[in-house]
Amino acid sequence: MVDYQLDDVNPEMSFLEMLDTLNEQLVLKGEPPIEFDHDCREGICGQCGLFINGRAHGPLAATTTCQLHMRSFEDGDTIYVEPFRAKAFPIIKDLKINRSALDRIIQAGGFISTHTGDAPEANSIPIPHHVAEQAFDSAACIGCGACVATCKNSSAALFTGAKVSHLVILPQGKAEAATRVVQMVDQMEKEAFGNCTNTKACEVECPQGISADDILRMNFEYNKAVLLVDGK
Amino acid sequence: MQLNAKIPEGKLQEKWARYKATCKLVNPNNKKKLDIIVVGTGLAGSAAAASFAELGYNVKSFCFQDTPRRAHSVAAQGGVNAAKNYQNDGDSVYRMFYDTLKGGDFRSREGNVYRLAECSLSLIDQAVAQGVPFAREYGGYLSNRSFGGVQVKRTFYARGQTGQQLLLGAYSALSRQVAAGKVKLFTRHEMLDLVMIDGKARGVIVRNLDTGELERHAAHAVVLATGGYGKIYYLSTLAMGCNGSAIWRAHKKGAGLASASWTQIHPTSLPQLGAYQSKLTLMSESLRNDGRIWVPKKENETRRPVDIPEEERDYYLERRYPAFGNLAPRDISSRAAKERIDAGYGVGPQRNAVYLDFSHSIREYGIDIIRERYGNLFSMYQKITGINAYETPMMISPAAHFSMGGLWVDYELMTTIPGLYAIGECNFSDHGANRLGANSLLQACVDGYFILPYTIGNYLADELKTGKISTDRPEFEQAEKQVVEQLTRLTTINGNRTATDYHKELGALLYDKCGLQRTKEGLEEAITRIRALRADFWKNLKVPGGHQNVNSEVEKAGRVADYLELAELMCWDALTRDESCGAHFREEYQTPEGEALRQDDKFQFVSVWEYAGPDQDPILNKEHLEFEEIKPAVRSYK
Repeated sequence: MVDYQLDDVNPEMSFLEMLDTLNEQLVLKGEPPIEFDHDCREGICGQCGLFINGRAHGPLAATTTCQLHMRSFEDGDTIYVEPFRAKAFPIIKDLKINRSALDRIIQAGGFISTHTGDAPEANSIPIPHHVAEQAFDSAACIGCGACVATCKNSSAALFTGAKVSHLVILPQGKAEAATRVVQMVDQMEKEAFGNCTNTKACEVECPQGISADDILRMNFEYNKAVLLVDGK
Repeated sequence: MQLNAKIPEGKLQEKWARYKATCKLVNPNNKKKLDIIVVGTGLAGSAAAASFAELGYNVKSFCFQDTPRRAHSVAAQGGVNAAKNYQNDGDSVYRMFYDTLKGGDFRSREGNVYRLAECSLSLIDQAVAQGVPFAREYGGYLSNRSFGGVQVKRTFYARGQTGQQLLLGAYSALSRQVAAGKVKLFTRHEMLDLVMIDGKARGVIVRNLDTGELERHAAHAVVLATGGYGKIYYLSTLAMGCNGSAIWRAHKKGAGLASASWTQIHPTSLPQLGAYQSKLTLMSESLRNDGRIWVPKKENETRRPVDIPEEERDYYLERRYPAFGNLAPRDISSRAAKERIDAGYGVGPQRNAVYLDFSHSIREYGIDIIRERYGNLFSMYQKITGINAYETPMMISPAAHFSMGGLWVDYELMTTIPGLYAIGECNFSDHGANRLGANSLLQACVDGYFILPYTIGNYLADELKTGKISTDRPEFEQAEKQVVEQLTRLTTINGNRTATDYHKELGALLYDKCGLQRTKEGLEEAITRIRALRADFWKNLKVPGGHQNVNSEVEKAGRVADYLELAELMCWDALTRDESCGAHFREEYQTPEGEALRQDDKFQFVSVWEYAGPDQDPILNKEHLEFEEIKPAVRSYK
């Protein structure tokens, strides 16, 4: 733990702009900057993610770290900033972490096996409005890892469940439903993520409001795949 | 510099089919003997890498983010265009071709633009097959909406996150190929140089951002899919990491850079609130359907907007462009806002914004309708500004958004360097001098999925005899040595200014002189000042911590060093084009009503720039634009 004092913080600053300002001062003093992850700064790329005063992405609900502003804090506050901690997310430096375990879960089966050029006419697969909307709700995951960071078991069940749900809800994704969920869950267990014990803390901290129902759906699909052969 | 656009012969409608039917092919068994490097994992890069791997090529894919899914395509909101004509409203490939060519103010190639419209049909099929959850009607069929510059509904969308969903589709296709062992993924790797052997692109030098180590990678072809460089203005709608370094370094190795100064400035972004600010968040263009834009009639007005009576407000877009009003096109709306702000009528703490007011619509339709239409945007606005826009007008301001300019490419998307390709926003190709909304996602996808997988084979077919390329060759050694020299220099100046500080000064200067409006005097002054700033950068930069480890300051400094050179080229590009077209507005060339005045007799060409050496004036080459199908006309929005 290192203490930094920063004066003249403007309440309109975003949290990351506050860190930028601190880093500018450090650099001018000849010290290396505090390393942290960020990119789009509009809440969609999923690269930022800090544990702020004991909460993933800080005090606001449905808000990524980059969308948090200093007006959410009081003048004179001491703010505790940590990286997202999980065994599966090794720390690279300071607040910067390696989340490639999440990529490997997707590589294990988070796709529909189609290749460029073989797609049928788009409107040949009618998908009812509510089904498309439900799939979207799960597909909206930004892969930030807040669910893992906040979970006492460091489980990636919400992340994995969201992708399993997105693809199984859609008719295009049903053909591979069984192999997909088994492979993704197996990969999740190979990485150093813990098991889900249904506390639903992940749902509370998810900036995209992904529902913990996706975990139930993943478990249902997994059990179905393991117990039933070829879905019969 | 030889510029051969290689547009296939024949009728417009037959060019692409003819090309595909006659280009060289690589036998399936031979593809595995060929290596391709793809830099960038946005829509264009991921789509291309996945498609190459599916065909059987060996692919190495690089991105500076920690996973491919974070590339800035993710942030596109509105949608993607396709001429499906699902709405039965008269759309067709030809109409989409014409809209796009006209939207670009007749400064793009007919052949390329027609192909873009043609391939749009397959893209929607492809994305749906991947599981992209596009909006649907209750019957289950795809839904469309309308965007600026067109009279049909051809935009497909996934709420306000179309870019994210398309990118996740491409990312899933890429991930599948990573699992299959056909793509090797290098995240947190930044390309720092292009390696050329015997005049051909043969590899890259990359820096592992997690360790600071340099790596050499060789291939039979190199594809740049590194996005736009609007971040050169510092304040922009782009991500913090977006940069122009890959294309600039390729340019210095001989790749022509086209229309460098053509930048789309988006009219509805959040304004700058303070010097600490790092980016400007875009607010969707759709808000202008129900919001009215105004500034006070009194200079330096201090009253709250709700206290300013109706007769003391200037609804300047409605006043100047009665036919289009608040829905005037992006370039016009942005310029009109700047004109009012510069004249002293700007609002907000920095006096750099205009009001976007929903009170009239709320009175007319009720707050619930407005909430249903724009609720997510109002809440995003409140999250960032702390202001409730249902009660008081939003404050908005123009912001740098999209680079129409980029590496010059021929019909095959090859740059002037054999074996070096540029796809997506990092090339200059299809948008002319102004891009239409929802065409950028389209172009990135089409380049990556449907064009390059064909055209690259036409080149690689002749590369089979090359065999494996060793990274021990002197060309790699030399390139790496130069990269080390630059990194060492950046980290040992030990001056007194940060890279960000230089970037902010450069951005402000460029926005003022080579942004929405340009003049001969302003551009000449900018070139002088940029040169001075660049000299100062190399004397007074401070980057602590060295380069042989994780160090975000080194990353920033390298990008700013390139921006300081690219910015000068942008000014040359704008200075030598004595006309106004699309986003390029030279104040000397306007109609009495203040509209852009093209000079077709003198400037119906693409400016393609050639690097002449450090601190040398760049060399201008011209690709003349032929119009066989249509006749360029005047755009008017009165």
